[in-house]
Order: sequence, then C-alpha cells, then structure tokens
Amino acid sequence: MLKQFTQLLSIQFKEFFREPGALFWSFIFPILMSFALGMAFSDKPEMSQHAAVVIPASDSSFLKTYLNNNCTKSSSQKNEYEKNVDYKKLGKTTTHFIPASWKESEIMMKRGQIEIILTENKGKINYHFDPANFTSRLAYIIVSGMIDGKNLLSTKSVIKPLQTKGTRYIDFLVPGLLAMGIMSSCLWGISYGLIEKRSKKLLRRLVATPMKKSLFMITMFISRFVFAVLETIALLTFAYYVFDVTIQGSIIAFAAVIISGSFFFMGLSILLASRTANTQVGNGFISAITMPMMLLSGIFFSYSNFPDVMIPIIKYLPLTLFADSLRSIINEGFGVMDIIQPLLILSITGLTTFFIGLKIYKWY
Amino acid sequence: MTDANTQPIVKAVNIKKTFKDVIALAGVDLEIMPSEYTALLGPNGAGKTTLVEIIEGIQKPDSGEITLFGKHWSGNKDELYKQIGLSFQETKFEDKLTAAETLKMFASFYGLDNTRVEEILNIVNLQEKRKSYVVNLSGGQRQKLALGIALLNNPKLLILDEPTTGLDPTARREIWSILHELKKTHGTSMILTTHYMEEAENLCEKIVIIDKGKVLAKGTLEQLIAESKTSEIVQFKVLDKSKFPDFSKFSDLREIQWEDSTNIVTMNVDNTSSFLPKMVSYLNNAGCKISELRCRYVTLDDLFIRMTGRKLTD
Ligand SMILES: Nc1ncnc2c1ncn2[C@@H]1O[C@H](COP(=O)(O)OP(=O)(O)OP(=O)(O)O)[C@@H](O)[C@H]1O
Ligand SMILES: [Mg+2]
Repeated sequence: MLKQFTQLLSIQFKEFFREPGALFWSFIFPILMSFALGMAFSDKPEMSQHAAVVIPASDSSFLKTYLNNNCTKSSSQKNEYEKNVDYKKLGKTTTHFIPASWKESEIMMKRGQIEIILTENKGKINYHFDPANFTSRLAYIIVSGMIDGKNLLSTKSVIKPLQTKGTRYIDFLVPGLLAMGIMSSCLWGISYGLIEKRSKKLLRRLVATPMKKSLFMITMFISRFVFAVLETIALLTFAYYVFDVTIQGSIIAFAAVIISGSFFFMGLSILLASRTANTQVGNGFISAITMPMMLLSGIFFSYSNFPDVMIPIIKYLPLTLFADSLRSIINEGFGVMDIIQPLLILSITGLTTFFIGLKIYKWY
Repeated sequence: MTDANTQPIVKAVNIKKTFKDVIALAGVDLEIMPSEYTALLGPNGAGKTTLVEIIEGIQKPDSGEITLFGKHWSGNKDELYKQIGLSFQETKFEDKLTAAETLKMFASFYGLDNTRVEEILNIVNLQEKRKSYVVNLSGGQRQKLALGIALLNNPKLLILDEPTTGLDPTARREIWSILHELKKTHGTSMILTTHYMEEAENLCEKIVIIDKGKVLAKGTLEQLIAESKTSEIVQFKVLDKSKFPDFSKFSDLREIQWEDSTNIVTMNVDNTSSFLPKMVSYLNNAGCKISELRCRYVTLDDLFIRMTGRKLTD
C-alpha cells in the first residue's frame, strides 16, 4: 500500500514537472502577468492616444493651423503630428494626430488604430467617437481640452496619487492572479489530465490491475494541491520583492481560503472529468468554464463596471468568491470570521461536486 | 492436482453483447485449460476485443456467465486482477515517463519491487530503452512494454489483444519466443487475438475462429482441417476466362473458387496426385491456358476463407 502510494505520488509529480507547458502556465505566466500589468499601471503612467484629423481643403482651416503651430512633426511617422502634455501627477500623455481622409479615418477606427476622429465644419471642431468606448471618451476629454486651450489640472483641485498598500492596482491584481492560477491549474491539471488518460485508454489499463482507485485519486489531489501551494508562494514572493505586496490579514484565513478554493476547483475538475471521453470535448468544457469566469470575476479589472443586474450573479461565481476573499485578506486585513461565508460555500460545493463526480466516474 | 488440471481456467458460457444495433457477440462459449494457448482469430469487427474485454472484466456482457479460476468477476476484482496479465488492443502509456518508471508504477500495484522490473526489462529486451520516455519509443518497443507490464505479476493467465499488430516480422518473432518461453517455464495459459494465421499456428495449440459474434469453429489446427474435410489445394491462374470448362463432373473436386480480380482459381481436392493429371488434360482439351500452377497443403488461411467468405485481413 505504502509502495503504491509513493509510486503513484512520484508519478503524479513527474508527469507535471516534465511538462514544460504546465510549468510555464502555472508558475511563470502569473508572475509575468503581474510584472507586466503591475509596471504598466504603476504610479505615473505614460499614455498614448491616436486621433485621425480630416483637414478641409480651405487655407483658413483651424485644425491645419493648430497642427502646424502647436504640434511637432512626428520623427518616426511622416505626415503625423504629435503633442506631448505632462499633467504632472496625472502622468504624460502623447497624442498622435494623423491627417487622413474621412474614408481612411473610418478604416483606422474599425481597425482600432485610433480612438477619435476630428473634422471641421463652419469653424467648429466635430469629434466623432463611440461614447460607449471608455478610451474614446477619455481621448475626447483630453483632445478637446488641448484644442480649446483648457488645462485639465484645475487650480481648485489637487491630485494625490494613492500610495498606501492595498489601494494600488497591483494589490488588486495579485489576489486575482492567485485565484485564477489555482483555478486553471486544477481544471487543466486534473480534469484535462484525467480526460487524456481516459482517451488514451490508460485509465482502464490502470484499473485492470489490483491498483487502489482511491490511492490514485488521493495522490493526484495531493500533487495538485502541492502545486497550488507552490504557485501561490512563487507569485506572492515575487509580488513581495518587486511590488512590496504583503498579506495584511490573517495568514490562517489566507491558507483556509487557498485550501477551500483549491478544494472547490478540484471537485469541479473531477465532475468535469467523470464522463468526458474525448480531449476536444474536455478542452471545450474547461474553456467554457474558465474563460467567462476570468472575464467576469474581476481578475484584471473590477466587475463593478458590469451592468447592475449582473453584479449579484457575478459576486457568487466561485472565482469571484475566491478572488474577493483573497483580496480582502491581503488588502483589507480580514480574518477567518470575516470570510466564513465564501469559505463554506466553496468547501461545501467543492465536496459535493467531488462526491457526485466520483459517484458517476467512468474508469473504462 | 489432477483435478486442478482438468478444471478450465476460463469458462465463458453463452456470452451475448449488443451495442445499439450491432450484435457484437451472439452467444459465445469458450473454455481455456491450464497451460493452454488459445488463439482467437477473426476479421475486423468480429467481436474479438469485445469477448476478451468481457473475460477481462472490463466490459459487462448482456447475458451469459463468465468465471476465471472458478470465480465470478463481481466481488473478486482485486483477487482476479492479481492473477491475470493483460494488454489491450491500444493503450498509450504516459508520454513523459520512462519505460522503467512505467514498469515500476505497475509493479507497485502488485507489491513487486525493482528486481522484478529489471527481470521484465530483460525478458522483453528493453534494457537499453529503460531511460527513454514512452513518447520516444517506437511502436514495437511500446508493444513490448505493454507485454512487459502484462507479465509483471507472473500471471497464470495472459490475455493479449493483438500484441503483434503492426510489428515487423523480426519483432513479431521476438514476441513469439518470449511467449513460447513463458509456457515452457511457467505453464502459463493464454488467450491471444490476432489477424495473423501464422501467429495462431506458431503459438497456439487451440484455435477459435469467430466472425460476426459467433464461433465458427474451434479445435486444434489438425482438428479444424479434418473437420473441413479438405486437405489439399490446387491453385492456378486462368489466362482466357471464356474457355474455362465446366468441372462439375469431377467427383473428387470438393470446391472451386474464383477470384474475379486476378482470375485465380482455387480448388479443394481430396488427392492432388490423382486429380492433377486429369485436370491438366481436361483444360488442354478445352483449349484453356493456365499459368502459376501451385499445389499445397491446406492452411488456416484457406479454412478461414471457406468459413467466413473473406480473408482475415479484409
Ligand atoms: N463501444 C462500442 N460501441 C458501439 N459498438 C461497438 C463498441 N465496441 C465494439 N463495437 C462493435 O462491435 C463489433 C465488434 O467489435 P470488436 O472490437 O470486438 O471487434 P474485433 O474483432 O476486436 O475487431 P478488430 O480486429 O478490428 O480489433 C464491431 O462491429 C464494433 O463496431
Ligand atoms: Mg479488436
């Protein structure tokens, strides 16, 4: 029994560590992500935006005069004009003005190369953009401010960038990445691994021996859980040294949430893998679960921008519960009792899906 | 002891299995005696895999009874799996484990240690590949690994589903000699499915021919030949089909078969020496020219074609 256990466990570890892809996605990718996004949104962001300018033929064009007098010719792109504005604490903004015909401007807009189109009509500047697009709206505010000669920094208001731990973007991001990492390594590592073993007919070969099925499952859980812990430690260590992210709340609460979150996704993985015979179908299933949650659950940006009717649903998505709990422990200093509800929801549903999955599990 | 040797190791009675509208097994009986090698021969889709997987406890029959060593599968899984060794028609082992690691893992299920793994690596001649990942093994080496796994626990009964399909003749012979050796030294019993007549003839004293889920014949090769009441074959190519005469008057000609695509005629006769001169002069008189005349003893192939109406490899 012990021999079987140690053999199975060592096999589970080897399978994982010999798969460079798996290592990359679970260890390197979250770190790269936090680094890239943490840097991109660090205190003084440099912003760049693109505006197409349709200049009328007449000599007395306001836009033409504006470009010639107030902007510099782009050094890299001929025909283009640039204007740099340093809003001090808001950061630098470079606006690229691209003279073009209306048709060309439309094409650039469709391709996402510009945020806004400027035209001139009877001495008035017209701004064309989709108000539902936030970057276009922002471009409108900045460009119209520049052209009208307004200063975005009013003398009556002072901008104070937040530097307190827990309020920066990186503080928001790291807990989300932790949760997402555990979700994907459980679903891909366990679910996909099992489905692949079934489709290779390896699973049925294994059970056509005196192997203890329970040991097989237990060793798999242990190995995946160890990976989840290692992943967490790797990302947290990185975030601590590079961005000074620390866990402000209870470590026990943090561990409990990591365990219950892993538990939930392991249970879900077993359920997903219980009957799926083919890796393509498995692939689809897993993507269909992970993708929407990654978008909705506030991993990279807050879900508060979603329509109000969706928010109550989003709040109870497992990944949201997981990420929000981690966030409140890391950034707000929560303890076990503060997150007891998501903790129980995740553990109990995890246990339920796990047992249903095992009950209907197809070894052959 | 005598009693144990006369009790069948495997006893399958009236096994039936249907998949949706396909009848995979339509009532099959099978008995395997100790240290007996039995070949299951049949074309694609005959039901060989279904039958052996039912014997292996992997699939459940719709009806019929199956016992191994006098025991049913239900409630005896662990015990029975300790005593049998098997390989499926297609199993892909974990890509990124080495041959030795794969064997070690399976060995641990039987409570066996590394000495046995080394023995197996020697038996299947994979010592040089012990450190290669499974993904880097050739098809033949993978099949040897699968055989090695089947042999780990020194099984009393081996069930191999097409263990040599796709192997070159040398590799196939290598596997045959491993299996011959096993029977000599351990008195193992075996059920083997195959498409190769030669393999069945070489390895197994008992042959079971199945097609469309039914057993068409079973027995030793001699018994099958005797039962078929033909022993000799005359075969030739007809150059001008229109001049081929009517042979119905020949009473010692049991059967005549045409192969349209090649114009090859196969005749089953009682006695070639007396038939041949008559046949040649009869063809001459009719002005029918032939070539590639051959006479030979009946083979399993011929029996098979007679029984199923198709070639094994069709
Ligand atoms: N799981 C299944 N679902 C549906 N039909 C099946 C299934 N397994 C087998 N069959 C059908 O049962 C019949 C017997 O299949 P089986 O695999 O036993 O043939 P076989 O003799 O092993 O053939 P081969 O020589 O090609 O391996 C075939 O017609 C096959 O299509
Ligand atoms: Mg088969």
